[in-house]
Amino acid sequence: MFPRPIQKSPPWLQLSYKALLPVALVIWLLPLIGIAVTSVRPSSDLAAGNYFGWPSRFAGVENYASVFQNSNIGWYILNSFKVTIPTVIGAVGLSCLTGFALAVYKFRLNLAVFFMFVAGNFVPFQILAIPVRELTLRLGLYDTITGLVLFHAAFQTGFCTLFMRNFIKALPFALIESARVEGVSEWKIFRHIVLPLMRPAIAALSVLIFTFVWNDYFWATIMAQSADVRPVTAGMNELKGQWKVAWELITAASIVAALPPVAMFFLMQKHFIAGLTLGATKG
Amino acid sequence: MATHRSSRWSQRRLAPWLFLAPGALLFLLYVIIPIGQSVWISFYDWDGLGAATWIGLRNYADLLDDDSFYTSLRNNVWWLVLYLLAIPAGLAIALFLNQTVTGIRLYKSLFFFPFVISQVVVGLIFSWFYAPDFGLLPRILGFLTGTETAILADERYATFGIIAAGLWPQIAYCMILYLTGLNNINPEQVEAARMDNARGFAMLWHIVLPQLRPATFIALVVTVIGALRSFDLVSIMTAGGPYGSTRVLSYFMYEQSLSEYGTAMGYGAAIAVVLFAIMLVFISLFITRMLMQERNA
Repeated sequence: MFPRPIQKSPPWLQLSYKALLPVALVIWLLPLIGIAVTSVRPSSDLAAGNYFGWPSRFAGVENYASVFQNSNIGWYILNSFKVTIPTVIGAVGLSCLTGFALAVYKFRLNLAVFFMFVAGNFVPFQILAIPVRELTLRLGLYDTITGLVLFHAAFQTGFCTLFMRNFIKALPFALIESARVEGVSEWKIFRHIVLPLMRPAIAALSVLIFTFVWNDYFWATIMAQSADVRPVTAGMNELKGQWKVAWELITAASIVAALPPVAMFFLMQKHFIAGLTLGATKG
Repeated sequence: MATHRSSRWSQRRLAPWLFLAPGALLFLLYVIIPIGQSVWISFYDWDGLGAATWIGLRNYADLLDDDSFYTSLRNNVWWLVLYLLAIPAGLAIALFLNQTVTGIRLYKSLFFFPFVISQVVVGLIFSWFYAPDFGLLPRILGFLTGTETAILADERYATFGIIAAGLWPQIAYCMILYLTGLNNINPEQVEAARMDNARGFAMLWHIVLPQLRPATFIALVVTVIGALRSFDLVSIMTAGGPYGSTRVLSYFMYEQSLSEYGTAMGYGAAIAVVLFAIMLVFISLFITRMLMQERNA
């Protein structure tokens, strides 16, 4: 193990390590702690210049209630769910198929198709923006949830394919071979042999794509205009302009907007990290 | 029997394409073809509504005369260079946290936390952190130096303030990559090196880092891509200001073609193509490396 386990160090060093951990954490999360405290401050504190001291009273309930009452944030969050969940299902579903195709079959264009997905996944959004917006307009899907979902599902299929293909490649190929000898059809091999083994990959990708799409800001800004389509990231920018210096509201809204992916992360942490660190150990 | 076998054979030839079709077609339609279309649009003068006029390379020639373009380009270079600091910083935190004391799992999760939050919220958090009069940082700086600086309103510092905000989640990302990598290093090699009296930095450099190479590669990929993709933070924190000094190519393109008043489609497309070309250098490097690994596998 590297660095040397702290248990092998003299007691004073162990003690200071354990003391240093929370201090380092507080410094690391200082901006976050700051906004969390601000979000429960009464606005009179901010007016009186009490920015850093203890809040004069706990105003969390009224701040958070007023965020929901004075803005469309409830709608925006619902919109984000409406965009994110179908995207996750679409991208993960499609990439189960593409990943299977690229991992199991040998054909001449295999690597070319695979690297098309990989390379496409790295391009800057701006090179896609004008044509994608035109296409969405022509399909009559501009400023609709469906329009956003179609793009996100298509784009995320790139990353998901990379992930699924590598995951299936690591499965024992003998399983597939013996099924073929038995005369099982290719679709049934996928459906009944490979798909059940992909559960951890599906879980990992689902939480990752959920977070990626929930947090998307660029497409939310350029593909949605009306309040019943706009996802919460784009909504936040609007609220920031609207509330200007009412930081107790902006900070409360930020925390509300960040909550779903944060909850997702803490609930499915193992899968999340497994997905994110794919390839960090081998290759 | 013979016909049966040949039908199995053709099934196996056809199957990959059937499995690929839905995902690949959608990906072509929304990602691959639009790249070509953007390149095409960049040769036109087009307001997005009326007729488009072919002007060849004029959009690119205009870019070369545009100060905003150079500002954006320079800022992109700053982003790229400074973002790379996320890699050693992430490694340092990973080394710090790679212990087995009570509660360490929770510490690791909480250190990783900034990455889970959207950049919009990160941008708002740091806007608050930097805000003059009541932000935390001006207060600290004021205490240390005697003058409070409004970082995001100052042309000299604004870009660096935004990059620092971006580094926060990026360091967390690199940290988690290295923590996973450290989990998988070969303990025997480390012990053997310890027997040979290797320690500290020499151990890190000669024994540990070579084993962390896959993690470093991924950290490099996501950091470079992240730096060049920077858009959200610029948009949220300064909207390119003050006086356009924090523009990056992605934001400059947005201003020209996508924002409320942006109607210069051809010009914006040309900016996007330049950004794409820069990224293509890195994408090619990554793909070449991945391809070499595929060949060796």
